Amino acid sequence: MKTVLSLTVNGVAHDDVIPDNMLLVDYLREKTGLTGTKIGCDGGECGACTVLIDDRPRHACLTLAATCQDSRIETVDGLSRDSRLTALQRGFNEKLGAQCGFCTPGMIMASEALLRRNPDPSEADIRDALAANICRCTGYVKIIEAVQFAAQELASGELAS
Amino acid sequence: MNEMTPVQSVGVAKPLVDGPEKTTGKAMFAADFQAAETLVGRILRSPVAHANITAMDTSKAEALPGVHAVVTEADCSDTYGVLPIAMNEWALARGRVRYRGEPVAAVAAVDVATAQRALDLIEVTYEELPAYFSAEEARAEGAVLLHDDKPGNIERDAEFDLGDVDKDMAEADLVREIEVKCSEVCQVQMEPHATFAEYDGARERLTIRPSTQVPFYVHKMLARTMGMAEGHIRVIKPHIGGGFGSRTETLQSDLIAGLLARKARATVKVVLSREETFITHRGRPESHITMKVGMKSDGTITAVDFTVQQRGGAYSGYGIVTILYAGSMIYGLYNISSARFQGLRVLTNTPPCGAFRGHGTVKTRFAFEGLIDDMARELGLDPFAVRRANLLAAPTMTENDLLVNSYGLDQCLDWVEKASDWQARKGKLPANKGMGMACSHYISGASKPKHWTGEPHATIHLRVDWDASITLLTGAAEIGQGSSTVMAQCVAETLGVDMSRINVVSSDSALTPKDNGSYSSRVTYMVGNASIDAAQNLKARLIEAAARKLEIATDDVECLGEVYRGGQQDQGLTFDEVVMEALAGEGTITVKGTFDTIPESWGGRKYRGAAIGGTMAFSYAAQVVEVTVDPYTAEITVDKVWVAHDCGKALNPLAVEGQVQGSVWMGMGQAMSEETGFHEGLPLAANMLDYRVPTIIESPPIEVGIIEAADPHGPFGAKEAGEGSLSGFLPALTNAVADAMGVRACELPLTPDRLLELLEKKARDGGANSDRGAA
Ligand code: FES
Ligand code: FES
Repeated sequence: MKTVLSLTVNGVAHDDVIPDNMLLVDYLREKTGLTGTKIGCDGGECGACTVLIDDRPRHACLTLAATCQDSRIETVDGLSRDSRLTALQRGFNEKLGAQCGFCTPGMIMASEALLRRNPDPSEADIRDALAANICRCTGYVKIIEAVQFAAQELASGELAS
Repeated sequence: MNEMTPVQSVGVAKPLVDGPEKTTGKAMFAADFQAAETLVGRILRSPVAHANITAMDTSKAEALPGVHAVVTEADCSDTYGVLPIAMNEWALARGRVRYRGEPVAAVAAVDVATAQRALDLIEVTYEELPAYFSAEEARAEGAVLLHDDKPGNIERDAEFDLGDVDKDMAEADLVREIEVKCSEVCQVQMEPHATFAEYDGARERLTIRPSTQVPFYVHKMLARTMGMAEGHIRVIKPHIGGGFGSRTETLQSDLIAGLLARKARATVKVVLSREETFITHRGRPESHITMKVGMKSDGTITAVDFTVQQRGGAYSGYGIVTILYAGSMIYGLYNISSARFQGLRVLTNTPPCGAFRGHGTVKTRFAFEGLIDDMARELGLDPFAVRRANLLAAPTMTENDLLVNSYGLDQCLDWVEKASDWQARKGKLPANKGMGMACSHYISGASKPKHWTGEPHATIHLRVDWDASITLLTGAAEIGQGSSTVMAQCVAETLGVDMSRINVVSSDSALTPKDNGSYSSRVTYMVGNASIDAAQNLKARLIEAAARKLEIATDDVECLGEVYRGGQQDQGLTFDEVVMEALAGEGTITVKGTFDTIPESWGGRKYRGAAIGGTMAFSYAAQVVEVTVDPYTAEITVDKVWVAHDCGKALNPLAVEGQVQGSVWMGMGQAMSEETGFHEGLPLAANMLDYRVPTIIESPPIEVGIIEAADPHGPFGAKEAGEGSLSGFLPALTNAVADAMGVRACELPLTPDRLLELLEKKARDGGANSDRGAA
């Protein structure tokens, strides 16, 4: 069975005919060609596929694309506009929150959702918000610093993404 | 007027040169490549752990519409393996399967569903054999041999007996033993294995992008397996989502992708699931260690006598090297003269083990540091004092002929003792809280490469063209550890120019010089040195050009990085002007730099395999771990870690911190929660929920102290930073638990159920301290 899916991805409107059983992560990677969103596990274990659906962080590997009708999807590929890195992207870059970078898209999107709902998170808030995202490189210490860096930048007047 | 100085790049915290790609989603990992009509590659895996394959029929799969290729062992020209002396794997099983999940056939088809259907149509007949899932079963009298040329299912028995162990043990004031068992653990790098292979049928050429730490080894094994000329294969390393040793040898999936692409004469992508990535394994073996140490009442160690048995899995892989490291690396950290080692690497019907971060050294270190902690307590010595009683003095050679040219362990101890406020706090913490410490070390690359060809250990090319940019061409595999950044720093520092002038091209066999790859922490030391050498050669060329233009002698040219001049009053030439002059009559400049190890670092000859452990430099680390234990659930919380790491010189302090934190934390997973486990060869935890990688919730703050005991041959004095502090965490944790609860944990991971058992046993025994564990 097929569905006509209408949604926006990073602000761009899409109307696509997709199989009903297509996962959002496959839709994004294969249909729209946005490969920033990663697949790190066989479903719901790692958080590498985290995207925003209407501002909420979701596992794209556990979401059927067909359930995203009329939704607003955001992925890491769309964050930096005009080639300027966002505060979070700068944080992950400058604080070394990204080593291999494979968990990074999911980490950044989960952090983005956090900062939108809570611009001044405590360390415990950050840990809570990233609890579903595994990183195997950093030990998380510098990921926390990266999010704190971004929160400070945003507080000191930088524009959000 | 500002006095002009060369730009400093080394010793400065630098974000990674490829950081922006990683934070914007632009970094291309193997699975991200897609070309028109890319076929999906899928692998059929053995459902049984040990069997002869008596028949295989692929005709139905081949006939299925949408299937472009089916490959089996018949498509393979030869075996493969990482050690030239132990290549006993086939990309696809030939005649026999030896573990559950071993690849037996593969298909390339238009989509996943067709590929999956094709796999279901392949008929394989297995004649089952007895299978052995523990080292003991495999070693038992009369066990069927996994490999005909490995009697007793022993991959390797290793041993040495140095000094006079019996005499020195007899002279000790205290002799104690410990027996430890550590579960098998897996790297679980975040990116599942993936390979993107393009075959040019018109020219019979293969271009392949494997997720690997060792593009050169993959290149060689592709040529061997496919029976192709090495020059007809191009290996391009994409971004790599971590390694930790999981892909520090060629994997079947790399070879299968090549085989499928050739047979289909098309582009094929093979992406393994997380479950398949677990089954591919190459992790750290399950190990059983017994160890006896003799100590004087002042803490001086007189002798060490130990045995290590590793369950190696079904094929050789790195096995021989792993078991030799488990022995040889008892040396190099402390001043130990007499030691006796017996090691056994056993072949079993489980996925092959490999070279996990801290290769071979981790479990031996765990046993040793736990045992000497208990002995210190018995002798009334502080854990720091007992370590300090056994320090080395560099430069020196160890009893097994390992070169120790620089040694910062004493400074590491000082730093963590102070940072953790050990003397004031240890023993005075509230109930159920404790502090423990331990030390560790690691090599900066093996001084003898596995493929001994007479070539230098590392080669770097630098290219300078009309735009005055510098292109650094390296075969070294950037896998997230920051190697490209460190090389750019070394070149920029040597030339005194800004790093933004340098573009790094990493690992494309058509462009970059050969490199052995990213493993055994060799890159910073070896490739860093080659980068400096190349930059010095380039600088000499630029100074010649500047001298010509300025009409002065080369010795009179003052190089300030961005400006070359004749003296203070001279306005001089900009870097761009010097480059233009250097290119005149010459064209694009390419210079080379190399690095070779010195013979003193090649390890000894006193026993078979004594070269393993030989390195140009050891890194050193000490750490203190503070824990809280819930006395009812036996759940351990790591409150804080203080770790000092002697990396010789922190070329990039930011990256050193990141590497050290990552190492310590990886040690934590292994110490507390991670284990693979099998039931009749069926993996019990081949996913990231059952295999418990620590999440951000339970991960502690890790404070890093950088110690710089410069190495005389290191690049700007640097040594490795990415492995040495891993192994110390395991004993530091169990020492902290011993401090908190009075029990000695000898089995890892120390999960709540294991700790609860120890606590209950202690309560049953009337609170008597079961310090010595099983021994
Ligand atoms: S890919 Fe791992 S949770 Fe979605
Ligand atoms: S940076 Fe490699 S997994 Fe997080």
